Formats: sequence, C-alpha cells, structure tokens
Amino acid sequence: MSEPRKAVALISGGLDSLLAAKVIQEQGIHVEGINFYTGFCVEGHTHAIRKKDKAKPKRNNALWVAEQLGIKLHIIDIIEEYKDVVINPKHGYGANLNPCLDCKVFMVQKARQWIEKKDFDFIITGEVIGQRPMSQRKDTLPVISRDSGANELLLRPLCAKNLEPSKPELEGWVDRDRLYGFEGRTRKPQMALAASFGFEDYAQPAGGCCFLTDKQYSHKLADLWKARGERRYELDDIMLLKVGRHIRPRPNFKMIIGREEGENRFLQGYRKQYTHMLTISHKGPLVLIDGETSQGDLDLAAQITARFSQGRHADKVDVEVHTRDGKSQSLQVQPMAGEAIPGDWYL
Amino acid sequence: MSRNELDARCMLCPMPVIRTQEKVEKLRVGDTLTILCTDPGAIHDIPAWCRVNGHEVLGVQQKDEEITIHLRVGEE
Repeated sequence: MSEPRKAVALISGGLDSLLAAKVIQEQGIHVEGINFYTGFCVEGHTHAIRKKDKAKPKRNNALWVAEQLGIKLHIIDIIEEYKDVVINPKHGYGANLNPCLDCKVFMVQKARQWIEKKDFDFIITGEVIGQRPMSQRKDTLPVISRDSGANELLLRPLCAKNLEPSKPELEGWVDRDRLYGFEGRTRKPQMALAASFGFEDYAQPAGGCCFLTDKQYSHKLADLWKARGERRYELDDIMLLKVGRHIRPRPNFKMIIGREEGENRFLQGYRKQYTHMLTISHKGPLVLIDGETSQGDLDLAAQITARFSQGRHADKVDVEVHTRDGKSQSLQVQPMAGEAIPGDWYL
Repeated sequence: MSRNELDARCMLCPMPVIRTQEKVEKLRVGDTLTILCTDPGAIHDIPAWCRVNGHEVLGVQQKDEEITIHLRVGEE
C-alpha cells in the first residue's frame, strides 16, 4: 500500500483553519499543522500579564485545534523575519498597520519552504473568498499563491470550488467534489460544517488574531516610529505596546504606566533598560520612561505618576526616580489634576 | 539518556513552547527535559504541545510564580 499524501495546514487556532484541515484529513491525507509566531499575536499575552485576567481560562487555540484534529503542530518563531513584512509591506496596510496580504504571502512562503524541507506534498489554508477585506478576496487569493511561490500547491478546501483546481485536485490526491465553495463574510456554512464534524467548542471569530488590526495598538506603534525618527522595532518594544497606559507629554519622551499589579510586575522586568519611577509615600504604579529626558521632563513625569497613585488627591507625593545610569533621586511633587492631562497625550 | 534543563522564565507564551520545541529537536528519544517558566499559560500549553507531538509529561509543579514542567522525549 502506498504512503498517504502529506499536507501541512496553516493553523491559526480559529474555526476556518480547523475545518480546512479536517476536510483534508477526512480524505485520508496525513496532515500536520504549522503555526507562526510574529510577536503581534494576540494569543494569551495580555492574560498572562494582567492580574485581573488571571482567573480567565488560558489556552493556545492553535494547540487546542491540533488536539481536536489529533495532528502534530509545529510552532515557528518568525519574529525577526517578520519585521520586514510590517515595515515594508509591498501591498500596503489595511485599516491600521496591518499588512494582511503581505503577511499571508509570507506565511505561505514559509510553509512552502517547510514542505520542501520535510518532503510534504501540499499546503492547506482556511481562507474563504470575501471573508477578509484585504487578504481574502477573489483578486488577492491568486496573489498569495503566486507571490509565495506555492502556486498550485496551495489548496483552500473551504472555497476550492470557487477557484481554479490546485495540483492536489488535478492529480486526484483529493476529491474536488468533497471540497467546498464558501464565500462571503457569513459564518453560517462554517458553523454548519463544524456541527457536522461534531465540533462544538471552537475559538469564536472576533477582531482577528493580530494586534496590528487594533486601531489603538497601531497608533502606539506609529507613535513609536515617529518618536524614533525611523521605522524599526525590537520584540521588547512591541510587547510593551500591549501593556500599561501610554502617555506622551513631550515629543522626546513617553511614559508607560502600569495599570494594576500584574502589569507593574511585568514592567519591573524592564527596570534596568529604562529610566523608571514609582511613588514612595503612596501606593502607585511603576512607570517606565522611554526617551531622553531633562530634569524638567522628570519633574513633569513625576507629577503625572503621582496622578495615577493613591495620593492623587494629596498635596504632595514622594516619587523615587531611577535613571538608566544607575543614579536615583527623590522628588516631592503635587499630583497633576486628571483634567490637566490633555487628551492627546494619551496614546 | 540525558537530563536537560531549559530556563524560559520571564518569557510569554508561546515563547516557552517554541524554546521547548527547539530544545527537544536536539534531544534523543528517552531524554528528559525540565522547563522553568513563569507564564501561567505554559501550564496548559507545554503539556498540550507534548500531547500532540508524542512526548510524555512526567510532572508539573507550581510554586508561587514559578512553574516547573518535566517531560520525556518521545518517538518522532
């Protein structure tokens, strides 16, 4: 008996990739999953950091999907390579700083390299025509196939009947009649298919799995690039954009203010890399200062820090400042009134 | 059979899983690996990764903020 054909499925953890992999598994194909970590993935991070979220159940949905399917899952770190996708997207951005089309091209390209190395036969994605405004349109799906170099080795089981046949279909590895022709933003066909497979508990489709689709997050990233005078980032930068309250009182510096105990603890890990301050006379947040500051800037930042402490209504609050060169100083400041902080300082 | 350790403290998921995966790729069947981490998500994610990839979880312990997971490398 011949070996079954082998496919790798891009597993995001959502319903579409779960179904796409299941549809192909049902045709006797050996399927393994691949999941890419860009650094912008929403999965789990804020839950891990914020104390108030600690009671919420945590699970990695891609791993959960792999368990439901009984397939292996390979999680790949693409943080460094992905920077070029975010900074120089050939096809531009979506509504925010989300380079969705370039992102999909890049991931399918990585999957193509993976199948070449592992001697797999083709690639599966859960894409559906019309599901997403940028990367899942009738005119952009062929772009992904072409620019990724996957070409006819890329099969989209959920909308294959609306597309030209792929190699797995032409070669008879999979039966095109047992694939689907889903189209549009409605989720009903997917939900019906999930029910037919007995899947009842799956990740609910929401605002996407990437922080770059989030308006406020993109605003903070754009601010970071503007303040630095160049479009670049490190992993720590994009992690910190997910945490705390970000306030830019002056063009030359920004404050990252912990909102609760979990965030304060997370920010503590960055104390050596950043000038930071904390209130001494009253309970309050840990605050990181990103940028070069004068003494006047530190005085202003201390007043704002005091505003977010339990001493916000006190006449004076003691604030301890630790600069990156290892020096420290104590300041006694009057907390800034909440209404005195202009709205456009908040990022 | 070798005993190995991985320090994944202060990493947020899925990085502890990715580092575990990278470490296991270099080990042999039957080798053991002890992973230290602080992200509570790892309590679920590393055992889930072991289950789907055929590795055996020997134990999971949590003391305050620190989590220790022991695994034995399975067949490829």
